[in-house]
Amino acid sequence: MTEPLLKVRGLTKHFAVRQGAAGGKALVRAVDGVDLDVHPGETLGLVGESGCGKTTTGRMLVRLLDPTSGSIEFEGRDITRLGRSAMRPLRQDLQIIFQDPYSSLNPRHTVGKIVAMPLEVNGIKPPGGIKTRVQELLELVGLNPEHYNRFPHEFSGGQRQRIGIARALALRPKLIVADEPVSALDVSIQAQVVNLLRDLQRELDLAFVFIAHDLAVVRHFSRRVAVMYLGKVVEVGDRADIYERPRHPYTKALLSAVPDVAAFGEPRQRIRLTGDVPTPLNPPSGCRFRTRCWKAQDICATEEPALITRDGSAQAVACHFPEPAGPEAAVLVPAQATAHVSEVTE
Amino acid sequence: MSMLQIETDPAGMDPTAVPVAPERGMVGRSPGRLAWERLRRNRTAMVSGWIMLFLVVLGVSAPLVELLYGIGPYEQFQDRIANNSLPLGYLGGISGDHWFGLEPKLGRDIFIRLVYGLRTSLLIATSAAVITTAIGIVLGIVAGYLGGWIDAVISWVIDFALALPFLIFALAVMPTVTARFYGPRDEIDVPFRIAVMILLFAMFGWTGTARLVRGQVISLREREFVEAARASGAGLGHILFRQLLPNLWAPILVTFSLAVPGYITGEAALSFLGIGIVEPTPDFGVMISNSLDYMDGDPMYLIIPGFVIFLLVLTFNLFGDGLRDALDPKSSR
Repeated sequence: MTEPLLKVRGLTKHFAVRQGAAGGKALVRAVDGVDLDVHPGETLGLVGESGCGKTTTGRMLVRLLDPTSGSIEFEGRDITRLGRSAMRPLRQDLQIIFQDPYSSLNPRHTVGKIVAMPLEVNGIKPPGGIKTRVQELLELVGLNPEHYNRFPHEFSGGQRQRIGIARALALRPKLIVADEPVSALDVSIQAQVVNLLRDLQRELDLAFVFIAHDLAVVRHFSRRVAVMYLGKVVEVGDRADIYERPRHPYTKALLSAVPDVAAFGEPRQRIRLTGDVPTPLNPPSGCRFRTRCWKAQDICATEEPALITRDGSAQAVACHFPEPAGPEAAVLVPAQATAHVSEVTE
Repeated sequence: MSMLQIETDPAGMDPTAVPVAPERGMVGRSPGRLAWERLRRNRTAMVSGWIMLFLVVLGVSAPLVELLYGIGPYEQFQDRIANNSLPLGYLGGISGDHWFGLEPKLGRDIFIRLVYGLRTSLLIATSAAVITTAIGIVLGIVAGYLGGWIDAVISWVIDFALALPFLIFALAVMPTVTARFYGPRDEIDVPFRIAVMILLFAMFGWTGTARLVRGQVISLREREFVEAARASGAGLGHILFRQLLPNLWAPILVTFSLAVPGYITGEAALSFLGIGIVEPTPDFGVMISNSLDYMDGDPMYLIIPGFVIFLLVLTFNLFGDGLRDALDPKSSR
């Protein structure tokens, strides 16, 4: 196993919020002890429902947010507490693509100025001049380099996202955090942008942390997948393992909610989770999923399950009662879950 | 692939684009240019803009106007003043020689005094607006972006300045400051009076701009383009003045153009009360104040400067409104 490009241990972010009329301080545990490894040139998918801390994690990885605790190592160097000037050379290796192509481009700057911004800020003078480099980048992401002087409002959502990608590539990074890069786009445009990212990854040997809530997109793009729930990673493993042999009950429920065109019209079994996601202000004790889990027992409330590999399977899972490893697991619906499983015909 | 071609096809990009010469076809129309085109379609704004421009040019080129008109602001035409100190002739002595008539008693030409008064008024109003806008931008942008205790301090100062009654403060400050620099019998220089007035306006006027800019910055600072700049290692200066400021020009321009008429009336009011410009310097406020003594015999002496100041303020305001509509098409009228 090669040394990981990015090594995250115990990453935590707590936000202090005021609560109630008295103004008492409370902590939102947005991210609570996340461990991740990203190897050079690989894509790690980060999935989970809204509010589970995916985006916060992504922002901490590129140091847009300062972690409360934990460590981020990039190429073996601890960057968790680096100041702005010390961070500067590393910024060039570590870039981010944003979710909303409408707010991620400065409406008053031309495309040329937007894409050239990282070069200017870092005082980089590419051979052949900034303009040539910007036009190369625009061409690389499939835009007309002649559009250098146009403004963002003259482009469609998909094109805007390409501009954002060109900006992230300007510094030739080694790792890009893509924060839901396609969720704001049309389905037809999503495929184009995801394919563009994949082509760029092959061409430029980029590593990606691909944050998304769309399981199909992540499956298409990521080699390894980490599933987050309420600020914690509950399961991490290779794409095939996660999608075909999920071991954490949450992953299983999440996957069962994905509509399957191939099985259209047939009755299928979907695991319906009852209740809402608990508030990160006051997460449940022990296993955070226990309030919605059909397998929960006393130990789940008292002891927090560690994210470890069990029973000789490759993926790490944080559960006291993981689904059995093996190919038959995917089709098996737990007997205790009958109350939560409903027949759905779509 | 075909989708991709359609997407990047320049012809299909901007359906509203007017046909332009092919070599300019690739140059995008900036938000500023689009606003200018909207402004040009607004007839009220254009008419008031032209009148405004005319008045400004008239005021700025006052000595040139004097040369062409042939009469200076301090010349007295006593031969055209009757024994009851009212000017001879109809409508306050309006004639081919004196377009707007003569002042009662001293017999000075009203037109050329209005032109010079325009210059004083515009000088004070625009310098006050420039200074207050500059202070407001810097403090607002810093407070909005940095937040925390800096924001708290600046916001407190803004609230404090807004709570002070301007007129009473001005009435108290003006004599105190002049007494500090001049003896009781000294002639007070006109530039000194102008400077103190500008200073007074600057002390109170920056709060509005600062509040506006602060609010805009707060809504902009969480935008992802700011985060993109931070993620690339941009410093505070770059984020504040290269990323945020270009997005603030529209509201700043509008407040600036609406602040100028405010200072015009403010200046006239202070001079009217006798704590701004004083005789014999030509000024709207002084003129209106003097005219009150002759309201029965010579109403034109009040009506003419009153109308000019009304026209000046109205055109500035209408143009400012048009500018706001052009720069922010989403705002309702």
